[in-house]
Amino acid sequence: MYVYDEFDQTLLNERVAEFSDQIKRRLSGELSEEEFRPLRLMNGTYLQLHAYMLRISIPYGTLSSKKLRMLAHIARRYDRGYGHFTTRQNLQFHWIKLEDLPNAMADLASAGLHGIQTSGNCVRNISTDQWAGVARDEIADPRIYAEILRQHLTLHPEFSFLPRKFKIGITGAAHDRAAVKMHDIGLWLRRGPNGELGFEVAVGGGLGRTPYLAETIRGFCPSRDLLGYVEAILRVYNRYGRRDNIWKARIKILVHDLGVAKFRDEVEAEFEASKDYAPVLDERLVAEITRRFHYPNFENVEDNPPELQAAFHDARFRTWYFNAVAPHRVPGHAIVTISLKPVGLTPGDCTADQMEALADFADQYGYGEIRNGHEQNLCLPSVRQRDLPALWRKLDAVGLALSNVNLITDIIACPGLDYCSLANARAIPVAMEISKRFADPDLQRNIGRLHINISGCINACGHHHIGHIGILGVEKQGQEFYQITLGGKADENAKLGTLIGPSVPFDKVADVIEDVVAAYIELRERPEEIFIDTVRRVGIQPFKERVYAVR
Amino acid sequence: MRFVKDGRAAEDPYRRVADDASLPDGVPVLLTGERFLADAAALASRAAPVGVIWPNNREIEELAPHLAHLAAIALAFPTFRDGRAYSQARLLRERYHYRGELRATGQVLRDQFLFMLRAGFTAFEIAKDGDADHFADAVHRYTRFYQPSADRRPVIAAVRQPPTPQRKSA
Repeated sequence: MYVYDEFDQTLLNERVAEFSDQIKRRLSGELSEEEFRPLRLMNGTYLQLHAYMLRISIPYGTLSSKKLRMLAHIARRYDRGYGHFTTRQNLQFHWIKLEDLPNAMADLASAGLHGIQTSGNCVRNISTDQWAGVARDEIADPRIYAEILRQHLTLHPEFSFLPRKFKIGITGAAHDRAAVKMHDIGLWLRRGPNGELGFEVAVGGGLGRTPYLAETIRGFCPSRDLLGYVEAILRVYNRYGRRDNIWKARIKILVHDLGVAKFRDEVEAEFEASKDYAPVLDERLVAEITRRFHYPNFENVEDNPPELQAAFHDARFRTWYFNAVAPHRVPGHAIVTISLKPVGLTPGDCTADQMEALADFADQYGYGEIRNGHEQNLCLPSVRQRDLPALWRKLDAVGLALSNVNLITDIIACPGLDYCSLANARAIPVAMEISKRFADPDLQRNIGRLHINISGCINACGHHHIGHIGILGVEKQGQEFYQITLGGKADENAKLGTLIGPSVPFDKVADVIEDVVAAYIELRERPEEIFIDTVRRVGIQPFKERVYAVR
Repeated sequence: MRFVKDGRAAEDPYRRVADDASLPDGVPVLLTGERFLADAAALASRAAPVGVIWPNNREIEELAPHLAHLAAIALAFPTFRDGRAYSQARLLRERYHYRGELRATGQVLRDQFLFMLRAGFTAFEIAKDGDADHFADAVHRYTRFYQPSADRRPVIAAVRQPPTPQRKSA
């Protein structure tokens, strides 16, 4: 947990004062909506279909119980009693009033929270593995570097008016839980030839209308060159990225147009030319940021304590445990995923009551820390194993002890046409209907790991391209239609899904998904072969035939 | 349009001269890139200051050989959303050590003054008259910055890290 010092806090307070002044000027008419727009966007404020939406940054998906309580307070005081966790480790409030924003922002800042650079054509919230710092397969904690980059790129004098938004993803683990290849810059912590820390650097990933996976341009960039190298990439993009067409303005288009080799040469030349004066990430700076990451004082406890073993007699506990609990790097501890995907409700929504309950549980059982990940679920990263049964009972009492993590009802969905002015089609009701069809827990477990991602438009906030099953809402003559893709993957073997055929109307989507799943059950070689592996083995043709034979 | 130079309201001493017009004697002039580059050798010996108006889609590197003879460079913000001139400004200041006037032109608005100042701009053709009165507020809105930049203002990292004490040899 990074702890703000007076400098971080001062900057945040100054930001609130600035934005409050900008809102005042907008309300008085001194600023036109066109002039106000980029200013509010750089503070995470969108104008949506029904109201302003406020997007709060949760850097590297790490929350303290204090911050989560503040989010509950905002939900209750200024919104409708809930918030929505997004696929980029942000939280959105969908019913904020412009005149309430200065107070809401000031309240948030008092807990170290803000909406800085959660939208607009600047460097957005930097996403990481929600298991950072506690995962067993990690070579170093990526949050240290995410925080260093966050600081360096906050209100950056050169890179705040880029051609388009810019997303950075970073992981320190072997297994990619942060969808790193879907980012404008993807960073993997690596060890160099002498054991020193550094990064593999990839560029040009992104979904949207033209999906690309990021490609590596530097196999190893030593840690001390990280800021200089990232600046070189951003400078090449800022100078040469397209600004004439919003659909071609992301860095992925520049990388694709130049070719990755030429783009790499440009970046390397820029990096070389600025070497004498570019910012250097020296060891003292890393040590300083590391020092202010407060790690839990882990208790010295053993794995598999008697309390845990006793609880296994309860079948419901056992089901939850084997679904939602993962190994921790410290003995006697565990990582607990909290699914925000109850059957028939909006994926990623969390009520103020639930936030407060979770903050209490985190204090009681989890060293006061909560995380959120791109799957729109939460996580208590460090729970003593002996407390798992008690935690489970309390989670269950507030509807948060779900056992559908990574199963077919653990659906990722954007807000869609229910909220978003960009959307062509609804996403939430599609997710709700699918989760109702597959509500039976035994059926879900029989199907096994299966990720469904739903986006309400081509901007792909629901990451449909990388869902095992992707669902994209499109508009056809005023009607909502949905394209179905199969075979996408978000992890270290990331892949974009393949379209299976013509789009289907709103009320047929769940039927199609049932057909696809039925085909999978028949096609799989054995129950352990998960959906995505079957698709890879047999291709999409058998699924296509199954879906379209009867339509 | 109002003009701010080095943080103060000022009269703009420069005259913009069209490509086909003759140069007025003894008056600071701003020329287009084409005219400046075509006449660079002759202009180098001109007594009165010479500045150039440089578009944001042309390589700033082309100016590098001439910087010693340039008293002012005017960079363009066709819209405030188009941030290319920020990169040009930093390159001029940090890579080419240009010390003359760096002028922001175009849609130069109050909420961008600070970014521009930090990128190395020293002169501002302010699009809305009312914004000029708020110049000082706008650029002092923040007291600390995370990243070093062309303005060399103190950054948070430097304040956080007091210099390592030098151990005196016994």
